[in-house]
Amino acid sequence: MSLSRRGFLKLSAAMAGAGAMSATTGCQTTGMMAGRKRVVVIGGGFGGATAAKYVKLFDPNVDVTMIDGKASHTTCPFSNLVIGGLKDIDEITHDFTALEKRGVNVVKGWVTGVDAAARTVTLKDGRRFEYDRLVVSPGIDFHYDAIEGYNEQVANSAMPHAWQAGEQTLLLREKLEAMPDGGTFILAAPPNPFRCPPGPYERVSLIANYFQKHKPNSKILVLDPKTKFSKEPLFREGWTANYGNMIEWIGGDFGGGVTKVDPDAMTVTAGGTEYKGDVINVIPPQKAGWIAHQAGLTDDSGWCPINTGTYESTIHPRVHVVGDACIGSPMPKSGFAANSQAKNCAAAIVAMFHNENPPEPSWVNTCYSLVAPDYGISVAAVYRVEDGKTVSVKGAGGVSPKGGVNAKKEAGYARDWYASIVEDIWGS
Amino acid sequence: MSQNREAAISRRLPTASLAAIGLSLMLVTGTSQADSHTGKMELSNGSIIGATCMGCHGFKGMGSGSIPRLAGLPKEVTAGKLMAYKSDALEGTVMNRIAKGYTDEEIQAVSEFFANQ
Repeated sequence: MSLSRRGFLKLSAAMAGAGAMSATTGCQTTGMMAGRKRVVVIGGGFGGATAAKYVKLFDPNVDVTMIDGKASHTTCPFSNLVIGGLKDIDEITHDFTALEKRGVNVVKGWVTGVDAAARTVTLKDGRRFEYDRLVVSPGIDFHYDAIEGYNEQVANSAMPHAWQAGEQTLLLREKLEAMPDGGTFILAAPPNPFRCPPGPYERVSLIANYFQKHKPNSKILVLDPKTKFSKEPLFREGWTANYGNMIEWIGGDFGGGVTKVDPDAMTVTAGGTEYKGDVINVIPPQKAGWIAHQAGLTDDSGWCPINTGTYESTIHPRVHVVGDACIGSPMPKSGFAANSQAKNCAAAIVAMFHNENPPEPSWVNTCYSLVAPDYGISVAAVYRVEDGKTVSVKGAGGVSPKGGVNAKKEAGYARDWYASIVEDIWGS
Repeated sequence: MSQNREAAISRRLPTASLAAIGLSLMLVTGTSQADSHTGKMELSNGSIIGATCMGCHGFKGMGSGSIPRLAGLPKEVTAGKLMAYKSDALEGTVMNRIAKGYTDEEIQAVSEFFANQ
């Protein structure tokens, strides 16, 4: 711990030129430093980076340490644009420089253990961090064993999931580029609950857009264990309007759930039928990220139960879980939701440090999907607390009107939304 | 509880004003990375609702492309627009669906928050 303390001191000194306020408080006495509250955040994605930034924003005198295994975060939102050849991976990768400038102690390392009793976080390299409040935002992990023949090695070679952005995104893109015209792309969709409910359907939309321009004789098959999916009427309408019958969807009612894969033969089995694909994208069933399980924060569902509004774990006090890993229903597992949850969590933590009541929680989720580069659709909801539970406000929210009347406008909003949210999290 | 909150808001007002001054200085002098990374955000009902708006309208409501800037807009302008979206007097895209999620008081609070940014 003494090492990280010195790290904090050094950081405060480095901040002296940039932030007069924090430098003054930070350098006064060691006694004051010792009295400063410490928040440790695991994960630098939508939930974690937002929590780190907003704790610092609501109270610059809190020492915030954010730990991530990588030096930057590649976002799942808009990774479908990379897969569809509309954006470069660099455009969806964001480093943590702005967070450091704000005074967040950014640590690159893999967290291997959380001791909720001692209130410490331990890294693979042995470094240890003490906390007063811990925010865990590890995203998702996969139930690889749910599909016969599928595992991490298959995901990294023949059949990527591309459901954590980065190398996986590029692997799927490379396979699509290498596929000959007239080939078949198969997407095996996951069961509920999973990260980004409209994501698989946006993905096939933008792959269809790529095929239409470069490989017009190709086919797309979606094999889905679910009987319906997010924004389904809007996606179906958009698919027909933009791509004719290029995309075929086989749902759970017709045996769409993939139960077996053969990476050598490049086949998948669903409902007793074997399908052969030239490029196969398997998105397996999901659970909370690895460290959430390791830290004992999950229940039988594989996700983390939390208290409404504060996101404090119902299992371990002083540990908060935000984003995809938490049971945040009725909010979906989306980047927007994680951002909204983390802000409420940060407000609650700072208020608790000051022995004040946190402000009334309030959330929004707005998810744009691109059916085509100039054809956007959206779903939105506003959430508040009623009777101790998070509820979607009745009479508010909903999806875009049918007929594509706002599709062009919403495609523009989708791009501007992305610019806004990444600025809000990893920007200034 | 609401009294506590009001007290908390009034205690924080000087800091919020400082942040607003810092922001306007930044705008006058051009983009200074260092300036934009300082400052504090008040903890209030208005800021919590406002923080969710930033998911689309950008950090502190600075706007982005076709998504309008909210920072520094007079409270009456923002509140007037939100009320019009809420009643469908003004037709937008997603904003009609979102504005209906808030009470009139919440609309006033969030509009005041952005007026002070």
